[in-house]
Amino acid sequence: MASGYSAKEEDGHHSGALGPAGGAAVRSRKPDNTAFKQQRLPAWQPILTAGTVLPAFFIIGLLFIPIGIGLYVTSNNIRELQIDYTGTESSSPCFACSQNYSWNMTTPCVCSVSFSLDQPFESNVFMYYGLSNFYQNHRRYVKSRDDSQLNGNLNSLKEPSKECEPYRTNDGKPIAPCGAIANSLFNDTLALYYNDPNGTETQIQLVKRGIAWWTDKHVKFRNPVGDDSNLTAIFQGTAKPVNWQKPVYELDSDPENNGFINEDLIVWMRTAALPTFRKLYRIIEKNSSTSPTLPRGNYTLKITYNYPVRSFEGRKRMILSTISWMGGKNPFLGIAYITVGSICFFLGVVLLIIHHKYGSRSSSADLTH
Amino acid sequence: MTVPKDMAEKWLWMLVPWRGRRNPRNKNPGQEEERRVKASDRDYNEKFPYADNRIRTSKYNIFTFLPINLFEQFQRVANAYFLFLLILQLIPQISSLSWFTTIVPLVLVLTITAVKDATDDYFRHKSDQQVNSRQSQVLINGKLQNEKWMNVRVGDIIKLENNQFVAADLLLLSSSEPYGLCYVETAELDGETNLKVRQALTVTSELGMDMSKLADFDGEVVCEPPNNKLDRFVGTLYWKDSRYPLDNEKLLLRGCVLRNTEWCFGMVIFAGPQTKLMQNCGRTAFKRTSIERLMNTLVLWIFGFLLCMGIILAIGNSIWEEKVGKNFRDYLVWEDVLSNSVFSGFLTFWSYIIILNTVVPISLYVSVEVIRLGHSYFINWDRKMYYGQRDMPAEARTTTLNEELGQVEYIFSDKTGTLTQNIMVFNKCSINGKTYGDVYDEFGHKVEISEKTPCVDFSFNPLRDKKFHFYDHSLVEAIKLGDPMVEEFFRLLALCHTVMSEEKNEGELVYQAQSPDEGALVTAARNFGFVFRARTPETITLYEMGKHVTYQLLAILDFNNVRKRMSVIVRNPVGQIKLYSKGADTILFDRLDPTNDDLMYTTSEHLNEFAGEGLRTLALAYKDLDEEYFADWMKRLHIASTTLENREELLASLYEEIEQDMMLLGATAIEDKLQEGVAETIACLTLSSIKIWVLTGDKLETAMNIGYSCNMLRDDMNEVFIITGHTVLEVQQQLRRAKEQILGSGRETANCSKDAEKTEQYRNDSVFEETITSEYALIINGHSLAHALEADLECLLLDTACLCKTVVCCRVTPLQKAQVVELVKKYKRAVTLAIGDGANDVSMIKTAHIGVGISGQEGMQAVLASDYSFAQFRYLQRLLLVHGRWSYYRMCRFLCYFFYKNFAFTLVHFWFGFFCGFSAQTVYDQWFITLFNIVYTSLPVLAMGLFDQDVNEQNSLRQPKLYEPGQLNLLFNKRQFFMCTLQGIYTSCVLFFIPYGAFSNTVRDDGSHIADQQSFAVTIATSLIIVVSVQIGLDTNYWTAVNHFYIWGSLTVYFSILFAMHSDGIFRIFPSHFPFIGTARNSLTQTSVWLVILLTAVICVMPVVAIRFLRTDLYPTLSDKVRHMQQASRKQRPQEQNLKRVRRTSSRRSAYAFSHQEGYGELITSGKNMKAARLFPAPPTGRIPGSSSWIESLLKKRTEMASGAAVGPLNGSAERSKSENTPVQQQHID
Repeated sequence: MASGYSAKEEDGHHSGALGPAGGAAVRSRKPDNTAFKQQRLPAWQPILTAGTVLPAFFIIGLLFIPIGIGLYVTSNNIRELQIDYTGTESSSPCFACSQNYSWNMTTPCVCSVSFSLDQPFESNVFMYYGLSNFYQNHRRYVKSRDDSQLNGNLNSLKEPSKECEPYRTNDGKPIAPCGAIANSLFNDTLALYYNDPNGTETQIQLVKRGIAWWTDKHVKFRNPVGDDSNLTAIFQGTAKPVNWQKPVYELDSDPENNGFINEDLIVWMRTAALPTFRKLYRIIEKNSSTSPTLPRGNYTLKITYNYPVRSFEGRKRMILSTISWMGGKNPFLGIAYITVGSICFFLGVVLLIIHHKYGSRSSSADLTH
Repeated sequence: MTVPKDMAEKWLWMLVPWRGRRNPRNKNPGQEEERRVKASDRDYNEKFPYADNRIRTSKYNIFTFLPINLFEQFQRVANAYFLFLLILQLIPQISSLSWFTTIVPLVLVLTITAVKDATDDYFRHKSDQQVNSRQSQVLINGKLQNEKWMNVRVGDIIKLENNQFVAADLLLLSSSEPYGLCYVETAELDGETNLKVRQALTVTSELGMDMSKLADFDGEVVCEPPNNKLDRFVGTLYWKDSRYPLDNEKLLLRGCVLRNTEWCFGMVIFAGPQTKLMQNCGRTAFKRTSIERLMNTLVLWIFGFLLCMGIILAIGNSIWEEKVGKNFRDYLVWEDVLSNSVFSGFLTFWSYIIILNTVVPISLYVSVEVIRLGHSYFINWDRKMYYGQRDMPAEARTTTLNEELGQVEYIFSDKTGTLTQNIMVFNKCSINGKTYGDVYDEFGHKVEISEKTPCVDFSFNPLRDKKFHFYDHSLVEAIKLGDPMVEEFFRLLALCHTVMSEEKNEGELVYQAQSPDEGALVTAARNFGFVFRARTPETITLYEMGKHVTYQLLAILDFNNVRKRMSVIVRNPVGQIKLYSKGADTILFDRLDPTNDDLMYTTSEHLNEFAGEGLRTLALAYKDLDEEYFADWMKRLHIASTTLENREELLASLYEEIEQDMMLLGATAIEDKLQEGVAETIACLTLSSIKIWVLTGDKLETAMNIGYSCNMLRDDMNEVFIITGHTVLEVQQQLRRAKEQILGSGRETANCSKDAEKTEQYRNDSVFEETITSEYALIINGHSLAHALEADLECLLLDTACLCKTVVCCRVTPLQKAQVVELVKKYKRAVTLAIGDGANDVSMIKTAHIGVGISGQEGMQAVLASDYSFAQFRYLQRLLLVHGRWSYYRMCRFLCYFFYKNFAFTLVHFWFGFFCGFSAQTVYDQWFITLFNIVYTSLPVLAMGLFDQDVNEQNSLRQPKLYEPGQLNLLFNKRQFFMCTLQGIYTSCVLFFIPYGAFSNTVRDDGSHIADQQSFAVTIATSLIIVVSVQIGLDTNYWTAVNHFYIWGSLTVYFSILFAMHSDGIFRIFPSHFPFIGTARNSLTQTSVWLVILLTAVICVMPVVAIRFLRTDLYPTLSDKVRHMQQASRKQRPQEQNLKRVRRTSSRRSAYAFSHQEGYGELITSGKNMKAARLFPAPPTGRIPGSSSWIESLLKKRTEMASGAAVGPLNGSAERSKSENTPVQQQHID
């Protein structure tokens, strides 16, 4: 700091010279004797010693290996089946559908994939659709939405946010829901049939409610509320997203699952973190306690093929999976825990040996006292 | 702040001319060539653009504060950078973050700085206000009117009274004292506390205090324009058709204080900012620490790194858009502006610059400032650096240099007033072959004198000086017994000197001595019953053992450097003529009567003994003169003193003639009292590898004496080289010889290379210097130094000096002090510290990296120029080894952690870039990015930076070697920076890839998703917070309650804010700003998420712990060892261990140590320094009426000071021995 001229200094000398004479009146400038000011605050002073570090490594090792084994076993017990139905190969049943690219097919292209389960799926089964090489996490994609509009704000319904460009308006009418995310809503329809050994084909009941987060369904996404309780009337004056076949108020017949609170839409709007992702499509609930949800046998997956991914070399999958306490099948975490636990344990041993052989236990010997 | 900032300042300087307004010197550049001022003629003077007497050191007022302050702040590169980012963010195609992520931290930083600036300026305003509204009496229309200082104009005639500050630069017109004399104290200007005399022109002094005459005075002064030369003034007064030359002696400068003059009148020549005082207080050069320079370099590196990352990601984006993005356009159309993938890459570059900007930490500079401020307060608050006797706490006057205190390698110390107290104490004597002064117990063993040793009771003597202590009772007994030699001894001390005495009240004698040595001797004589009471030009009155005796003073044969002795010739009441002489033993012994040989031999032994204890010795002798011879000699002296040619030589030979065949009386030994704890401090600092050079204006002998007594010079040193050459060649030869002797011939070092890398060079040096096991010392005097500092010899000087353990430079001028410091700064790349107390140390204090001022009795100049100030030299040890070390340690730990933290935080975006199409999508919630640095992680690291201690203060002092890492720059350098950024990069890698692996396929335990972007963000953010908190926990060695509070508090705050921001309520209010609604709830309730966080944290921290453990286990640093020891002995309270004071044994003979100058004796005999009108022989009893007032009040002031400092009034009033720039006041009267 530059020390400029100031009266304080000018006077400082003056009073300094005369100070002690009137010393009694002047308050002493002696600093306070507090632990804080004298930097004597009581303190815990941990140091890394063999006594603390080595046990820590062993404990982590011994803790992580069982956790890892537990995770791995749990993960292995999860039944999971993935069926890629992209149809890029000519042998694939969906090859024909994948070749006809169009968003607005008047006659839907349907293809069916057969598969068999060697082992039954016992508990509730979750059906996912998986996409690869689909950049839902691209910045321009991620921001291309209007949360206010999706929350039922009437102003935003009429005047969507600029972020939605170029899916903001169509023919001068605001798009609802606007933006690239909503525009690219996954619109394949998947249906699952069980092929009885006797030849009959039973459609398996797929539950489409309860697939979205409760907070999303009940807080984040709201249908706009107007004078009319009729959704069609409320969405009057808006345009459907360009790629959609139906407007938003016709997504489902169930009024609790229609419009912005349609769960398929909500699930899609929760953008994935990575370019390969899966999203929950339907739930197959366990009906009876005696029979498995999906018994062993042959199944057919019928796909109404609408969603083009060929142009960007994407893949589409259907995944059937059971669930454990730690979620879906995920061997990575188990293996990682086992590895890290082993490394810690091993490191502990190595450090112990090094410490024992070379460590300086009499470290303060050469200090001058 | 950074290097470009300087450039920016220069650049702005050209653009903004009004900036010069702040600098008064630039007010009228080149306009005023001469100044014309007419007395009491405001109309005339107002024609010129002269400044009025209002001063303004403040920078802002209420209206200009905001624009100017903001303008200044944006000159900082860091701030400008963030402003630039803010602007970038407003471009929608680039904006990868919301505007608030940058603006919130920026506003916070700007606000903190602005508040600090505003507070500073407020105090400046207040002090300006206070100065400006001081009252002064201005003569307006023939009447004295009270005016505020700020209303005083150039040309006004103002009246000053005693002890008032001079309001402006005045031409002295008249004063209360005869001949228009007036006395001022110039401590504010040059730091000298002695009084200076100013004398008015005879014509104007006749104006007296006659108002009508003064009002009629209409002289016009033509003089030089305002400048900053304190000792020069050229002007002419035109009055009544005559011209009178004006010089500096007729000027009273602003900042001086009028002393001992009832009143005086002066005419304002320069006012306000144009006064010499204000012209002199330019901004001191901004000192920057080496850490800060390194930090600036590193910030530039980080910029470079940022650009590299931006370019890599931009290229990645171009490729991605080309290969993937083009085909993905069904779902994600390109924006209108986007024409091709290269342009997309270009835009992405800027987007990434925005999101990666946090590698350059915006809060770094603010945090550093806060930490330094805290450290400064700790210095100010330290009770162990508080000097009770003068109520003087230590003061950190700058807040920017603290960590550099932990890196000092060279200390340049002044001697007088810094190492020594400049108090001389009569300690021992040898009279007629018998020594006095030591105390023996009943068994005849010598007793160490301590506080408890009983003092000699001088109560028999009513005129004694109560502060005088003597411990040997035998001397008083000898006096009481009336031993004639002892009596003669003290009579000599009472007569042979040039001290002036002052007796305000009966018995209250105060001596005014020219040198403290003399004062000590006369005081000793006074206490032993030979009281020097008064003197006139012709007489000296003593109060000898209860009787008044007046001696006729016949001659003073004064001291000078060649003679090294002084004598007086007196006629005692009996009528005998006696010559009393005191002087350097070597000189005096040559002039003794041969009958003295035996006595001379014993006395010589005693002198050796005294000198061995570091005392300053003097030999005393007398001679009886016979009347006729003396009359003849006196006549010849008279003739000699009136000749014009060769007067000096003639006088010298006459003196020489009479000072022969003297009788030896004995010798005195005076202790030049070192300040408390100097030897221990020096020993301790030396142990911590700090090199201490003493630069003193004192003489060689004195300096060496002090060198020995504070253990810098020792007898067991291999060689003490004394360089005293008078020509370049001699100096060169002497230096060469010294160097060769140290190195052994043939070895050459190339220390003197400017460009060598510091660390490398240092290693070479230190390895090399360590190979020299023997100890050498170099002593060089001012003459030789002048030659040695020339360009071709300076390398040789530096090499030689650095090979020596001790370097003492004596008889150096202030400029040379600075040059020596500059030399070391230039070639050694070491941190230098200069410590001093006087005005002559200012240059060196300003030159060194760190300047320390001892707030002594020598004025405030050194303190005002210094960065740190305290009252005692020994506090330096604490300042460096405790505060400096801690500051350095803390700052280094802080910086390491800070860079680590920001790298770990930011680089996650980089890794994510590869998985999101290089689209500059952020990993985290924008609010998290906004708050991470300023809320979630700022306080724990700040607490560490403020409170952390690796080793407690006792051990810091006890293990001086702990200081070395700072000197070697070990705790924070480029390597350390690299390590901590590497750690940051590793952490960011783990932070991204572990969740990546775990999340790619996983779902929640109810089957719904969790691999979505928001959950991913929350998981990584939570891991990051936990990892950096664990890391700060590992880095914190000293967990005070504050650390606990901040670390746990930060975690709590993180989770509270997280849940609050993800809550329904806040989303309902601002649906578009808080899209993360419910994410925390949905993800952090999942076991798998916590398992991921735990795994990430362990993987991040585990290697760090392992490496740190291995390092302390295998290669423990001294600090680690001490810490272990500290922990082991925590139960037993550490006892205070002090380095035992080592008493040196030396055979060195100290020489005549008077540091006073010639010319005093003549003043006394001529009586010029006593007021002519009041000069009359003092009556033997009773007080001296109307004594000369300048001494009186000088002494009054001195006693007041001294009474606080518990030193003898004599010592306190001692004329400082820094003679080279302290003109003796009487010379002004001559």
